[in-house]
Amino acid sequence: MVLSAALFIIGVIGVMVRRNIIIIFMSIELILNAVNINLVAYSYQMHHVVGQVFAIFVIAVAAAEAAVGLGIILAFYRNKETVNIDEMNLMRW
Amino acid sequence: MGEAIAFYTISAFILGFAVLVVTARDTVHSILFLVADFLFVAALYVLLHAEFLAVIQLLVYAGGIVVLYLFVVMLVNLKRPAEDYKDPRRRSALGFGLAAAILAELAAIGAWSYTTPPHVVAESASTAMPFTGNTEQVGWLLYTSYLIPFEIASMLLLVAMIGAIILAKREL
Repeated sequence: MVLSAALFIIGVIGVMVRRNIIIIFMSIELILNAVNINLVAYSYQMHHVVGQVFAIFVIAVAAAEAAVGLGIILAFYRNKETVNIDEMNLMRW
Repeated sequence: MGEAIAFYTISAFILGFAVLVVTARDTVHSILFLVADFLFVAALYVLLHAEFLAVIQLLVYAGGIVVLYLFVVMLVNLKRPAEDYKDPRRRSALGFGLAAAILAELAAIGAWSYTTPPHVVAESASTAMPFTGNTEQVGWLLYTSYLIPFEIASMLLLVAMIGAIILAKREL
């Protein structure tokens, strides 16, 4: 549990302090991994495999998110020539 | 005893590589650290007797997602450093304040649930599975109790695949 929480916090810090959107996406993967570790740890502790089934769903969602997110990054880079989130201000008022 | 030593070693590697992922200057280095991190997470799954999930972790994360990241970094060949420009109007202090508030809230919830006795936990914890072996158990649950979420997940993957192709096409 402590390991999972620590990994989660590292991921959150990565999301907040980095400005390269690819590294932010990797931090999100770290967060999802932390969740998976927690699920598997509880599954091990309670001798029940439902946690692992949910971890599989989390992995599927993470894969979908990575594919779509990286597609968005590519489309954005093609238009604006940047991966810096501070320059992504198209929707700023 | 040996299991505890293995757990702490793997945990130390996972956290160390996670810190390296976040702090590395070069994006490619960051991705390689991410691969190492995923490998150690898979080792942790083996330690926790989730062998099927460990294999899935290796195939999907270390094999699929990381290759996707590498392709994007290769396609996005930057001519200037990614993090030079800093928005002067970026409200970092506000964001950190909100994050600290959420962290405090989570800590309060954790402390509260630690002090209250768990009365509803583990009702179904010891239902016997009809098969032995991790992969059989996971597959059994996945195709009986969680069949509809499984199908929804497959639909989600299909939609994500089509969406990624459309987004990454050069022109529609």
